[in-house]
Amino acid sequence: MPEIIKRSKALSVNPLKTSAPTGASLAFLGVRRCMPMLHGALGCTAFAKVFFVRHFREPIPLQTTAMDQAATVLGADDNVIQGLATLCAKSKPDMIGLPTTGLSETQGTDIHGLVTRFRSEYPQYAHIAVVPVNTPDYSGCLESGYADAVKAMIDVLVPESRELEKRADQVNILAGASLTPGDIEALREMAAEFGLSAIILPDIGDSMDGHLIEDDFNPLTVGGTPVEDIARMGESVATLTIGRSLWPAAELLERRSGAPDFRFDSLLGLEAVDAFVMALSEISGKPVSARLERQRAQLQDAMVDTHFMMGFARVGIAADPDLLLAMSRLVRSMGGEVVAAVAPARGPALAHVAADAVHLGDLEDLETLCGEHKAELIIGSSHAVPAAQRLGLPILRAGFPLYDQVGGFQRTWVGYRGTRQALFDLANLRLEHHAQHHELTPYHSRFRQADTAGVATFAASGTFH
Amino acid sequence: MKASEVAELLNEPACAHNKKEKSGCARPKPGASAGGCAFDGAQIALLPIADVAHIIHGPIACAGNSWNNRGTRSSGPTLYKIGMTTDLTEQDVIMGRGEKRLFHSIKQAIDNYNPAAVFIYNTCVTALIGDDVDATCKAATERWGVPVVPVDAAGFYGTKNLGNRIGGEAMFKHVIGTREPDPVPEDVARDYAERGIRIHDINLIGEYNIVGEFWHVAPLFDELGLRILCTLSGDARFHEVQAMHRAKANMVVCAKALLNVARKLEDNYGIPYFEGSFYGIEDTSRALRDFARLLNDPDLTMRTEALIAREEARVHELLEPWRARLSGKRVLLNTGGVKSWSVVSALQDLGMEVVATGTGKSTEEDKARIRELMGENAKMLKGEGARELLDTCYELGADIMIAGGRSLYTALKARMPFLDSNQEREFAYAGYTGMVELARQIALSLESPVWAQVRADAPWAAQKRITGVAHCALEPEDVTDEEGDNAPEPVMLTADFLPPFAVGA
Repeated sequence: MPEIIKRSKALSVNPLKTSAPTGASLAFLGVRRCMPMLHGALGCTAFAKVFFVRHFREPIPLQTTAMDQAATVLGADDNVIQGLATLCAKSKPDMIGLPTTGLSETQGTDIHGLVTRFRSEYPQYAHIAVVPVNTPDYSGCLESGYADAVKAMIDVLVPESRELEKRADQVNILAGASLTPGDIEALREMAAEFGLSAIILPDIGDSMDGHLIEDDFNPLTVGGTPVEDIARMGESVATLTIGRSLWPAAELLERRSGAPDFRFDSLLGLEAVDAFVMALSEISGKPVSARLERQRAQLQDAMVDTHFMMGFARVGIAADPDLLLAMSRLVRSMGGEVVAAVAPARGPALAHVAADAVHLGDLEDLETLCGEHKAELIIGSSHAVPAAQRLGLPILRAGFPLYDQVGGFQRTWVGYRGTRQALFDLANLRLEHHAQHHELTPYHSRFRQADTAGVATFAASGTFH
Repeated sequence: MKASEVAELLNEPACAHNKKEKSGCARPKPGASAGGCAFDGAQIALLPIADVAHIIHGPIACAGNSWNNRGTRSSGPTLYKIGMTTDLTEQDVIMGRGEKRLFHSIKQAIDNYNPAAVFIYNTCVTALIGDDVDATCKAATERWGVPVVPVDAAGFYGTKNLGNRIGGEAMFKHVIGTREPDPVPEDVARDYAERGIRIHDINLIGEYNIVGEFWHVAPLFDELGLRILCTLSGDARFHEVQAMHRAKANMVVCAKALLNVARKLEDNYGIPYFEGSFYGIEDTSRALRDFARLLNDPDLTMRTEALIAREEARVHELLEPWRARLSGKRVLLNTGGVKSWSVVSALQDLGMEVVATGTGKSTEEDKARIRELMGENAKMLKGEGARELLDTCYELGADIMIAGGRSLYTALKARMPFLDSNQEREFAYAGYTGMVELARQIALSLESPVWAQVRADAPWAAQKRITGVAHCALEPEDVTDEEGDNAPEPVMLTADFLPPFAVGA
């Protein structure tokens, strides 16, 4: 178990942390015909929106209760009621996600009480689900806000269903914040390999994958978990949960549904994927398909091929806890060493990270630690790219936000195939970097004459363009 | 910040919005609002000051979601790109440890990054719990001898526009007038003296050097002997802001948001100002002429006219091939304020037809100018939502939308060519040279072969047209430009286009 080293600086420099309400918004963006509305000032929403627009390169539905000075001082309860009523009337969503912020929490909002008040004042909107969640900016990070929102959705939308007859071919998948739209698609395909149809919550694979639709415009999320499917989660024969951050949500779902609960830290790396595949086989009662066996054999081949590059590799990782755990295990499973592990906030996964120490800190800490411990490779978001450049190290982009390249938001990491590609990419970064920086300096013996023939002259002569 | 101080900033007397019965900025509506907060605005106004440590005092949200997302460029220090925040924890908020953390944070920033000054942005939570940021800044300045400037910009004070003014007000109150300008370097002074050119000191206010675009224009100022004491705030340094009060003329560039700074520099130091823009040939020339006029130097006027004649001729020639390609194309423009008309004239220079323009932030004068340029029946958009914006495009048969980044994906999802005219953009459009880049980028999107491909149905689909797009969609053959040989090959839905498995289906 790694030592968890607390933040010791007053100032956070080049923050790694993304706020909890932003994470909660992400979870709500994975629900069909949803509109998240942050209870806070204009900027809370505007900044979160820009953050996601840069990452996904998609229009992002996100509203605000627009707290101004009067509302902040005199009370913002009416803003919430008015905001909900306006959204229901104007956009007719299936669901409104309602995360609080640092501002409204400091003011002391009773967000659950406000939803009750809204229900009694506006019975005509009873068919529209409203899911409040407490996510003060000053506690947790993207991952924890996301997890709290998933738990809140289960709490509001999944009825008590222990006695219900289960559908043998239907499973629930609770998908953690470290998963991309590409990951979600891969999960669905893997379940389908066993004849299982999955209700995935939240399903950003369907809503945030970046696809053109026939309609030219939609003010709400396009795709995602249907609200009626969330209500049917109690009928599933089992639940598979990916990411320790979601385990409290999994516990709640198990209490509600009585369905057995399979939990996974991640689906990155051979052993992790094997465990998931075994669970699917057990739930479905079907053997592992030849197709999956083939993919597994391909991953094994890639592991053999890339162990030369990944063995002894000294890696620095900065990410939210679940992703940090997944990446650190992958590195260790290939014979590499995580010499710098930085997380923005506490999370249940940290105690299991494959490193000697985990620092709660920022990207300045990552940069310092990577320098001190002679890291050779960095895994982090686009925000970590300048640090990698200053250190002259290659970087594999993962996590939030990814904005300096196109397509990172949808890359598939999980499963046998996702892991194989991750290994290839890591190994290629090592190869390229090694070729550039670690060739031996040629030795020129004093007994040998200086070369005259066979030395290219065109570059220096200036005649070659 | 007291409510009365907020009201005073909102009632900026120089702002034309305040001369009508409906004054100030409207109150945002819960559940139906877009746009940034006062902190956002203050940060936009000041962050480009490159050698300052910008510390955001509050929980993570304000800095975490916004650091390193500005397109502004520096020719020297890059300290402004380092994200800094006190990242308050729950304990800090409950136990009231915010001020203490802030005080230590300032020391840490000074020790590790050697900033010319430190700016402290107060945000919602710290304003609400009553952290005394002014006192902390004062104490820190005295203790460490580095200027520490409070920017009281809690998001709930109001909109982004108000935040711009708060940023400007902080500069006026704490920074401007605290230092004299450096003398002109001797060799430079000698060189200009030998050529008989008198050097004038000026400021630019509200120019942010997005993607470095002001560097298209800056050499012209040097050539004319106009020394830019300070640009507030693109590529600026702290000591330049300190010396702004010694300029002989100010230009408020585009955004009216920092008008309060220009107005106060006029009231307190007698520096005249004008409002202008560097978008488009006409506006760039007008800006240079306005400086010559305010500085009242006949020799400068003469040299300015010569420079304008030379530059306009040069850029007209460069634009000729683009004009042939873009002429007659219809643009829907949705940008605010002065840009609403300054870009209109730029596009008309290219022979394009502007079918509508945004007037959400425009004043009556702006609107009058639009009517002058576009005719009495000019279609004006008042901050419509995405749905209305697209419908207007279809109705008016627009070929391309030019708007801020907020509308980017609205347009793309509707399969509509787009040009980003806002601060997030990646290309430099200012000045004479910028016009060529503007033309190139418009053509790049407008003439792209992807539109025909993404608008056409899949080969196996029935002959139903995509809803909505039908009104405005270019049919594949419309992509052909009959005049220009340079036009790209039209992309037709032909057999080579079909995926192999669809052939013969």
